[in-house]
Amino acid sequence: MATTTATRKAPAPHVGSRRPGGPVRWIRSHIVPLGAATALIYMFLPIFVVVVFSFNRPNGRYNDKWVRFSTNAWQHPCAVSGMCKGLKLSLEIGLIATVVSVILGTLVAFALGRYRFRGRAATNLLIFMPMATPEVVMGSSLLALFVTLRVNTGTVTILIAHIMFCLSFVVVTVKARIAALDPRLEQAAMDLYANERVTFWKITFPLVLPGIVAAALLAFSLSFDDFIITYFNSGSTVTFPIFVWGAADHGTPPQINVVGATMFFVSLSIVIVGQMASSRRRKKA
Amino acid sequence: MSGGALLAEALGEQKPHSTDSGSVGRRKLTPYLLLLPGLLWLAIFFIAPTISLAQNSLQQGNLIDGFQFTFHIGNYTSALSTYWPQFLRSFIYAGLATVFCILIGYPLAYTIAFRAGRFKNAMLVLVIAPFFTSFLIRTLAWQTILADNSVVVRVMRDLHLTNLLAIVGLTEPTRVLNTPLAVVAGLTYNFLPFMTLPLYASLDRMDPRLIEAAQDLYSSPWTGFRKITWPLSLPGVVAGTLLTFIPAAGDYINSRLLGVPNQAMIGEVIDLKYFSELDYPTASALSFTLLIAILVLVTLYVRRAGTEELV
Repeated sequence: MATTTATRKAPAPHVGSRRPGGPVRWIRSHIVPLGAATALIYMFLPIFVVVVFSFNRPNGRYNDKWVRFSTNAWQHPCAVSGMCKGLKLSLEIGLIATVVSVILGTLVAFALGRYRFRGRAATNLLIFMPMATPEVVMGSSLLALFVTLRVNTGTVTILIAHIMFCLSFVVVTVKARIAALDPRLEQAAMDLYANERVTFWKITFPLVLPGIVAAALLAFSLSFDDFIITYFNSGSTVTFPIFVWGAADHGTPPQINVVGATMFFVSLSIVIVGQMASSRRRKKA
Repeated sequence: MSGGALLAEALGEQKPHSTDSGSVGRRKLTPYLLLLPGLLWLAIFFIAPTISLAQNSLQQGNLIDGFQFTFHIGNYTSALSTYWPQFLRSFIYAGLATVFCILIGYPLAYTIAFRAGRFKNAMLVLVIAPFFTSFLIRTLAWQTILADNSVVVRVMRDLHLTNLLAIVGLTEPTRVLNTPLAVVAGLTYNFLPFMTLPLYASLDRMDPRLIEAAQDLYSSPWTGFRKITWPLSLPGVVAGTLLTFIPAAGDYINSRLLGVPNQAMIGEVIDLKYFSELDYPTASALSFTLLIAILVLVTLYVRRAGTEELV
């Protein structure tokens, strides 16, 4: 499969003479993978910069020119006042928002994936809408509501907002997993005299669980990383992204890069471990 | 299965193949009970705010004396006549970013779907890995990459690329940071996975033998792509376009960090009206206009592209 296009494309107009136009031809026949490789370089360039500049020791407040190598920022990640506090708050908000949105979203996903009911299309539309609304609109309309109701914005309003926008992504992710289930597995369980409850907890739920885990990871990263909606509804509360936004105006310390690099490596290891676990399970099965 | 693969699957999702199986004879109330908490949350914190936004946009007054609902349409006319360039700029930048995302994301998705072999999952992880770090931090990294004396900018200058792009108004003759190109590059970068993953999902569903069949029938690779691959990947293109264009049009992180204030995007103006000028009615009017404009664009686009799988 991998070689079809490359081999079929060459019904040998230059038999025996591979030299003339060799490199050009090689590029032409590998144009798609070359494009993909370029895309990957483009994607990893900023990550490279983030990691490298976390080892920088800038002269002033601006960490944008390479001065000299130092592990100072890695040794004292919390030396910048306010950053670790914001980080802790973002982690807490992320965890709570994930738990609540995964529970609410999974229930909705089961309703949509397993039942036929009146109002299905409307429900699908309502789930889709938050994903199709720009963040600035969602952020400002929530603020409009809170202003109208005279609610003070802060940690609680941030949580409310995060649960709201994570919900749709949870529903879509879990629903896809439910839709991909083989219904015969449940039928088989029923044929073997399992009642609905046993079938659900022994067959359906374990099969849907990877989808729920994926949804939880997605919800957490959406919540943890959100800036615009959070900013509109944060009052004077400072989450990690809001801290970075503030720092961007008056110079970003390398500690911010330390957090960025750590986030990258931690998430990468979670995904790699997950991949390995699932491929091992598949091999066993 | 990885989060990425699942996300891809979810974004390019098809209708569940058997919604009725196994649920015959269950109580009719159950689905509504399952839906209740989630939909209630969305009703209170998504629908109600949108209504509140619409209502605020028709108010008059100021923060000290309070705002009154006077059905003041004037908020819209004055907001639009003053800020139409920012609206236009937002849609042009978002459109450009979407096109670049297709150009970059398509070869990537194609390679993963058809040529990655057993490295498929690993490559999917690579595609989402850069986005594990914070949106703001990676945008700040672009400040460093595109800074005036950086390697990238020096190479572009030596190749006279900056001069060339300056003619179309995308850059300045000697610099890239704080120009439209920087903002579009940032937008393209930040929303790329939202294009690549749905593209991958639709290409992965395609039978590769169709391309072989086209070649057996003497079609050139280009014709094969145009007549087979591209049409079959359209659902992915449509989903990816929406997922890229919509957030890009409302984003102002990139334009604030990589652009200049006098070339602001509309999100920046809304932010400014809310937090610096405390002019809530105008801010709401701008925000509501953005919502309506995007809904209209999306509806027209989806109708033209003719995909129902999305919702």
